[in-house]
Amino acid sequence: MVAAEPQARPLLEVRDLAIRYGDTLALSGVTLEVQKHEIFGIIGPAGSGKTSFLRTLNRMDQFTPSMSVDGEIRFNGRDIRRWRNVYSLRRKIGVVFPLPVGLPLSVYDNVALSPRLGGIKKKADLDVIVERCLRRAALWDEVKDRLDSLGSLLSGGQQQRLTIARALSQGPELLLLDEFSIAVDPVTTMRIEDVLKELRQEITIVLVTNLVQQARRLADRTAFFLTGECVEIAETERMFTREVQDERTRDYVEGRFG
Amino acid sequence: MPQASPRGGDAIDRRNLDWYIDKGVQVLVFIGGVSGILFVISIFVFITKEGLGFLTEQFSIGEFFGSPRWAPTSSHNPTYGALALIAGTASVTGLAMVIAVPFSLGAAIFIGEFATGKPREYLKVLVELLAAIPSVVWGFIGLSIMNPLIIKLFNVPVGLNVLNSGFILGLMAAPIMTTIAEDALKAVPDTYREAAEALGATRWQVILRVVIPAAKPGLLAAVLLGVGRGFGETMAVLMASGHSINLPTSVFDSVRALTATIAAELGETAVGSDHYRALFTLGIFLFVVTFVINLTADLVVRGIRRK
Amino acid sequence: MFEASDLNERNRRVERLWRLLFLVMTVLLIVPVVVILSVLIHKGGPVLSIDFLFTEPVQGMTAGGIFPALVGTVWLVTVALLASVPIGVAAALYLSEYAPDNWLTRAINLAIINLAGVPSIVHALFGVGAFVLFFRFGTSILAASLTLAIMTLPVVIVATRESLQAVPQAFREACWNMGATRWQTIRRVVLPNSISGILTGVILEVSRTAGETAPIMFTGAAFFLPFLPQSVYDQTMAMSLHLFVISTQVPGVPEALPFGVALVLISMVLAMNAISIAFRMHLRSKKKW
Repeated sequence: MVAAEPQARPLLEVRDLAIRYGDTLALSGVTLEVQKHEIFGIIGPAGSGKTSFLRTLNRMDQFTPSMSVDGEIRFNGRDIRRWRNVYSLRRKIGVVFPLPVGLPLSVYDNVALSPRLGGIKKKADLDVIVERCLRRAALWDEVKDRLDSLGSLLSGGQQQRLTIARALSQGPELLLLDEFSIAVDPVTTMRIEDVLKELRQEITIVLVTNLVQQARRLADRTAFFLTGECVEIAETERMFTREVQDERTRDYVEGRFG
Repeated sequence: MPQASPRGGDAIDRRNLDWYIDKGVQVLVFIGGVSGILFVISIFVFITKEGLGFLTEQFSIGEFFGSPRWAPTSSHNPTYGALALIAGTASVTGLAMVIAVPFSLGAAIFIGEFATGKPREYLKVLVELLAAIPSVVWGFIGLSIMNPLIIKLFNVPVGLNVLNSGFILGLMAAPIMTTIAEDALKAVPDTYREAAEALGATRWQVILRVVIPAAKPGLLAAVLLGVGRGFGETMAVLMASGHSINLPTSVFDSVRALTATIAAELGETAVGSDHYRALFTLGIFLFVVTFVINLTADLVVRGIRRK
Repeated sequence: MFEASDLNERNRRVERLWRLLFLVMTVLLIVPVVVILSVLIHKGGPVLSIDFLFTEPVQGMTAGGIFPALVGTVWLVTVALLASVPIGVAAALYLSEYAPDNWLTRAINLAIINLAGVPSIVHALFGVGAFVLFFRFGTSILAASLTLAIMTLPVVIVATRESLQAVPQAFREACWNMGATRWQTIRRVVLPNSISGILTGVILEVSRTAGETAPIMFTGAAFFLPFLPQSVYDQTMAMSLHLFVISTQVPGVPEALPFGVALVLISMVLAMNAISIAFRMHLRSKKKW
């Protein structure tokens, strides 16, 4: 286990975050930091506010009219609400959804889309990026002979790895994963987990998961969310060795509810 | 306190060309969206502008709605009574609805609830094609096919009358009403049907007791839009109604509709003359009535969505 | 037990009866049209020939062909499309991709419904007041086409909006998450997957525009012109108005002639619609997700 360097400035700083849908409070009082090059796990039962939390990190809350966010989120030390060009913020943050979304473009174009939006036009440059990202997402061998087929018609597991390849093609500093294994078979899940472990060398990952053991396998530190509240944040191993501070965390981790 | 942002952040967070293009497109499509409102308003403004002189000088509510004498070209005593024209429009539209409402609702129920698979697709396509036949062709059909047919069948001197134009208009409005009514039936969630069928109701009982009540506002809107369509139809009514000013007493009377009057007379008037302005005033009346019909239909449909 | 099955039997009979009734109603709705179409074909068919399509009317429109009217309709439809497609697509993009759920959006939707519901003769009056007189286009193709464009705008908007909304929201979100702007998302993912649906709507609009008569009567279409239009400021003949004129305004027209014109007009319109419908069905069968 490589702990993150404590003296470096955190990549992500969240203070007193509260999220509402209309008048309904979905999440409140969340304060946490995510260090560079760590995998930060978030566990908790359905409806605990994990996904809402993730959506606010790259300001996807903009696209849900009823959603309002209070508190402060800093990315690389900058308040994300103050970004003048929110699209450039999103380019720095890759996202993987619970349900894979292969865009109705060819596999190649799926991965090349983001670099193209970023202004890369040369085929040779794009070829390099596409192959590198597909390899890192452990998908290259399966699709290298059919880069022209539609990404939206791949199998679920392949689409999910395509989504990861696409997220990587942005060259993100932060990767947000939201229960990526829901629509994926166990073998593919294990392959993706291996990919994530390797990626930690280069980028930071926030991993929302409904599988407690997945957090245990991957995360350096883990937060436990319950009914709109961040109950506890601790080094992952401590959570699983009964050194928890809150009864509810232990109950959840040991599978008494959730 | 957080220190000043690292320079890297600033370099990334710049408004680039893409950002400005995005804003530009947003403005453009907004203009496109708002143009719809603009057009409706300018229709009202321009026809009012042309008809205003009549409204302020000659117009009298009593004459307009009370007198059947429409004689704007009379040299010594021009009169502008629209009652006969309104009666003409109402009688034709009324007959059209008597024909079209039961048939189009029946067809909508058959297509939406009974028919399945390929036959259903074909029927829908057919109805759609029916709705596409231009009104001038319908008018021509009334003139050249229906007219001799009515004379022969009913032994009347003239076949261009309420019956002819009402029938034609009914055929024209029915496909549109069928389509809207079928949409309304389709909008009833399948869970309603399944729940009722689980209780042992037959398909027909489900339709009668569950689907039709739930779709009622949509069906009503379909009828309203059909009325609006009939009310505003011009060419077919102009060609098939006989175009003579009459308060009809039977379906074999020739009548003249509001729309047809404008179409027939506008070409002969001088811009700015009383007659010209009077025709624009008929236009204002048509605009307001169809506006109210459409608004009502929209409110009726919105009513179900809210529930 | 016995009574229950008896009741069931009766219920089923009632249902069959109603089903039959509705089937008959549907058929009765369609039969007159089939009859009418066959009469049109029977009476108008003999008139049709290549010559009929490509020669001018002669002898006070009692003989000859329909060429100037065909050309005029093409002019009118083309200019109308040039005006209404960009505005209509923009409006649909706004409503589908940008518009928040507020009073303005509701007002726009209501305006579109009204634009479609205003009688065609009122559109004609508007065309006279606005384009012919106020903007001083005179009675011209330009004035007539703009009137047609505004009248058929709802066709483009509704068809475009529908095909835009058929693109799943998840695709948009995936793009936004990659840092694509709204416009980049629309251009790279939304439009490519809805362009065929938009085209279907445009074809439908062509068919609507070609058949309209009232809006062009006083704005730019002429009863008879011995020459073809040279620019958008010229008047023109048109198929729809030509049918009206020779069937009601001109004495001594042989009976078959207007049937021939009606047959050509209805064939044009129905062919356009059929293409549009076939196109749509083809799209539906070819899913990309």
